[in-house]
Amino acid sequence: MNSDAIALDDHSHAPSGVMRWLTSTNHKDIGTLYLCFSLLMFFFAGALAMLIRAELFQPGLQLFQPAVFNQLTTMHGLIMIFGAIMPSLVGFANWQVPLMIGASDMAFPRLNNWSFWLLPAAGILLISTFFVPGGALAGGWTMYPPLFIQGGIAYDIAILAVHILGVSSIMGAINIIVTILNMRAPGMTLMKMPMFVWTWLITAFLLVAVMPVLACAITMLLADRNFGTHFFDAAGGGDPVMFQHLFWFFGHPEVYIMILPAFGIVSTIIPTFARKPLFGYVSMVYAVASIAFLSFIVWAHHMFTTGMPLGGQLFFMYTTMLIAIPTGIKVFNWVATLWRGSISFETPMLFALAFVFLFTIGGFSGLVLSLVPVDIQLQDTYYVVAHFHYVLFSGSAMAIMGGVYYWLPKWTGHLYDERLGKIHFWLTAVAFNITFFPMHFLGLAGMPRRIPDYALQFADFNRIASLGAFLLGASQLLWLYIVIKCVRGGAPAGNQPWDGADTLEWTQTSPPPYHSFVIPPLVK
Amino acid sequence: MIEPKHIDRGVGPYFCAIRSLIALLAGALPASARAEFAVNLPAPASALAQQIFDLHTTILWVCLAILIVVFVPMAIALIRHRRAAGHPAAKFHDNLKVEIAWTLVPVLILIAMAWPATRLVASMKDTSKSDLTIKVTGHQWKWEYEYLGEDIRFISNTSTPTTQIDGGQSKGEHYLLEVDRPLVVPAGQKIRLVLTSSDVIHSWWIPAFGVKQDAIPGFIREAWFTVDKTGTYRGQCAELCGVGHGFMPVVVEVVGDGEFAAWKQQQKALVAAATAGATKTYALAELKALGEKVYGANCAACHQPTGMGIPGAFPALSGSKIATGDRSAHIDRVMNGKANTAMAAFGAQLSDLDLAAVITYERNSWNNATGDLVQPADIAAQRSGSAK
Amino acid sequence: MQAPAEYAAHADVYYVPPPSIWPIVGSVALLTLAAGFVMVLHQMAAGPLLMALGAAILLVMLCGWFGAVIRESLSGKYDAQVDASFRWGMVWFIFSEVMFFAGFFGALFYARNVALSMLADAQLLWPGFTAAWPTAGPGMKTAITPVEAWGIPAFNTLVLLSSGATLTWAHRGLQRGRPLQLKLGLALTIALGVLFIGLQIHEYGAAAFTIRDGIYGATFYLLTGFHGFHVLLGTVMLSVVLMRSLAGHFTPARHFAFVAVAWYWHFVDVIWLLLFIFVYCL
Repeated sequence: MNSDAIALDDHSHAPSGVMRWLTSTNHKDIGTLYLCFSLLMFFFAGALAMLIRAELFQPGLQLFQPAVFNQLTTMHGLIMIFGAIMPSLVGFANWQVPLMIGASDMAFPRLNNWSFWLLPAAGILLISTFFVPGGALAGGWTMYPPLFIQGGIAYDIAILAVHILGVSSIMGAINIIVTILNMRAPGMTLMKMPMFVWTWLITAFLLVAVMPVLACAITMLLADRNFGTHFFDAAGGGDPVMFQHLFWFFGHPEVYIMILPAFGIVSTIIPTFARKPLFGYVSMVYAVASIAFLSFIVWAHHMFTTGMPLGGQLFFMYTTMLIAIPTGIKVFNWVATLWRGSISFETPMLFALAFVFLFTIGGFSGLVLSLVPVDIQLQDTYYVVAHFHYVLFSGSAMAIMGGVYYWLPKWTGHLYDERLGKIHFWLTAVAFNITFFPMHFLGLAGMPRRIPDYALQFADFNRIASLGAFLLGASQLLWLYIVIKCVRGGAPAGNQPWDGADTLEWTQTSPPPYHSFVIPPLVK
Repeated sequence: MIEPKHIDRGVGPYFCAIRSLIALLAGALPASARAEFAVNLPAPASALAQQIFDLHTTILWVCLAILIVVFVPMAIALIRHRRAAGHPAAKFHDNLKVEIAWTLVPVLILIAMAWPATRLVASMKDTSKSDLTIKVTGHQWKWEYEYLGEDIRFISNTSTPTTQIDGGQSKGEHYLLEVDRPLVVPAGQKIRLVLTSSDVIHSWWIPAFGVKQDAIPGFIREAWFTVDKTGTYRGQCAELCGVGHGFMPVVVEVVGDGEFAAWKQQQKALVAAATAGATKTYALAELKALGEKVYGANCAACHQPTGMGIPGAFPALSGSKIATGDRSAHIDRVMNGKANTAMAAFGAQLSDLDLAAVITYERNSWNNATGDLVQPADIAAQRSGSAK
Repeated sequence: MQAPAEYAAHADVYYVPPPSIWPIVGSVALLTLAAGFVMVLHQMAAGPLLMALGAAILLVMLCGWFGAVIRESLSGKYDAQVDASFRWGMVWFIFSEVMFFAGFFGALFYARNVALSMLADAQLLWPGFTAAWPTAGPGMKTAITPVEAWGIPAFNTLVLLSSGATLTWAHRGLQRGRPLQLKLGLALTIALGVLFIGLQIHEYGAAAFTIRDGIYGATFYLLTGFHGFHVLLGTVMLSVVLMRSLAGHFTPARHFAFVAVAWYWHFVDVIWLLLFIFVYCL
């Protein structure tokens, strides 16, 4: 094929040094950038969490004034969501989607690079708020007015940072959608796509649909803060609750944006190590699609205590309960995939299995919270904190860790240290539960979230949670060590270190050539 | 440190096992820190809270049952279908009947759960036929209660001393859950709350009542409760509302009818005394002493007890232009607040005497030595002036 | 099973551009612009300067980036698959814009139909306030005199609808190989766009209320303002397309830039129709 020569002619010479990363149009390089950036943010926001748990180690104010404490919780949430979880999943998409569909690269390679390089710009803005007069954002990651209107310069900086993040997400999502729709290898019909690609297609659709609504909501905040508008001020005929509606119209799909690709990773790992095809592929696809659809009509379940009319509360309760059905189908399918397989327990599999179990616990607490009367008791308590860490840490983050172990051999060409990987898994799983399981009890007993100090009856569980959190934080340093060690060297991985894997990336060398699938493979 | 008293929370026996397990785990903790390990919702004091409690218990059992149904097979697979045990992989990847079953069965379970929840939501929303209506207004960071139709209105501030918070003094039994003037309501009557806020969103919450309702500035929201058992019930603000969010307790005293009537009389007498006090002229020392208390309850969270504020977030009062400059501008700022900041309009919250006292205190404390005296009559004059 | 012929059709190499400096330049531009904007909001002296710098860098980046795309297109690097990517990309971009406006329309709907009646119900706080639109809210005593729909706004509707027609006429000219019709149609469309913007500016100047006048002023100016900004953007893009037409960049078969801008222009038209109905008429 002479087309091979044409392609190589233009861009076979990747610039070396820093320019390779600043100017890259290569999906693998950009994927690596995303993953490194998210790892950095994961440790930064994680350090904030350590400070939070240090303050909450015992009753009384020890380390931080309430103003600083509120900055820690707000920035922890904001950076974990927008800086760690989302970019890491986009990093996976960058690396894996073209490899899994047999494409030469993303559909818009230059745009891809911009999507990434907007993140550091937004990150600089966000983190700079720690150093401006008045300190960083302290009104909660949800940015509710009127509290948000009261803040200082940091709040305007944060609005613009989130705008930039939004631009990055929308462009990234469009790129992924177009890549999947237009760049699949011949023969790869939609219903032959790997599950991970499906989950990202739907996630990208959600991103394009809801990030603009967030942009719209925070633009109104900016206007209320600086231009004298009254969107969220009752005296002028506005309504602070209107912001919550707009925010959660974005915010609930956002939750699925963070979990659907994690579903995809787990649906890739489990069949590999069960050595058995994914059970119910078609119903998995439909389940993901229905979760995405439902995510648009459940938003107000975050607002049951704002006092909606009865009809509104009931509608959002019913739709929220419905989500349990497609989610249940996914869990059942994973268990059925394991059933009568030939299972082995490498580190990625351990993370995937822990995901299935712990995410289900998070799902159950979600079901409990979906019931309006129970939610009224538990809204804004530590029960909710426990719930969303079960779906976001043992859900998204642990799936991401599993995915990193799963594909590291492909990305680096080296096998990671399996023994250390298993130690990292067990430390993480145990410490995670010590940290977050007691928070269910704290919430039930009546401890509000986002408080720097608490009544004495909450002291014991808080101490346990703090100890767990310190262990959890420390265990992640081990992860960093394992990843760095694997990047620097190790036993050669070969093309296919996992005998049960059957997606296209394993037909490439490890690491894959700078330009893979220049000639699309033929999928049967 | 004072040990909190053990309160029987009426928890079902099935939680005892969990509790003792946790107590075992916590054996490693220092004994002084060991409080109770509450693992469930607090003991309900109202019918609504009781129904919520029962609904929660039911859904937990349902979740537990599903957990067993799903994860026992998974555990069996993980044990028996291991490669290390020589299990060969099967090839099946579809089974329509099973898939339909595990779609439909959850639908039925959900319908069964939705039915009691729906009825309960409807009754929580029904604030009609109430015996007493109280307007609850959230302020940063205190609650104001107004008994509609009666001449009773007061502000309920946290009463936990800052020395307990910063560790200078050991923490009391009701640390952070105590106020100077609790809400007092009669037992057995349906109390309707109409909630609003003067600044940001707050949330009024008493766990034992099953009532949590956001207070939205400029809007009215409603909630209700009926509590038969007299006693003191405690909760906290549940919606992040700024630096004082963790220090905004809600305390309700439920009393018998006779006691409630006596309390009302006492409140009205207090109002009369305050009206009389407003026309008096006070000495500097008197005003400063009262002003320090008012400052501690209303101003210190932001401007700090030292008057130094928090740079960038809350301005210092010590040496500030307003607190040392024109007297009526100072009164105006305290009474009318500053738009789009956490500086509230205290004219609506505090009495003339309190305002006069706190302004006098601010003008004569820290580095401020204006020697100015502000009398309640000055406040009254400025009030009537701004009304023109 | 795929037929071998179909395989061969897909075997063309998808054009992957060489490393490019423009994305990172764009990020620096937006960072500078944002920092400058925050400084302007907080009255810091360096603000306007920084904003101007950011805008200048952004302009350089846009010229450089689109210049590269045009060069690649003219040198025939884009095959049918790349063309399909551009089409899909534009479709999803417009979808994101639709959602952006949906947010503002949703806010308008909520304010008028939900919040207003709840405010009127809160007689305890706002005695005597009744739910009537337009309003500046219960706490402000301003009476709002809305813009009369059947004056300039109705004329502007006509202007924008005509511009849609002239653009389609230009497109037909392009498809049928009549360069004069193409250029004339484009010029007319641009003129109508400029006329629309001019009339909007005039209307803003004549309006009896400001953006500070309660929820009516806020929703009115944000909705029409963002729309106007999109018309401005569309006009600039049409001008670029006109210049490229004059340079002879388009052929009847290959002219995606024109199509993309046309889609965008029609989208802006539809938004205006909705605005006219929901903001001006109802």
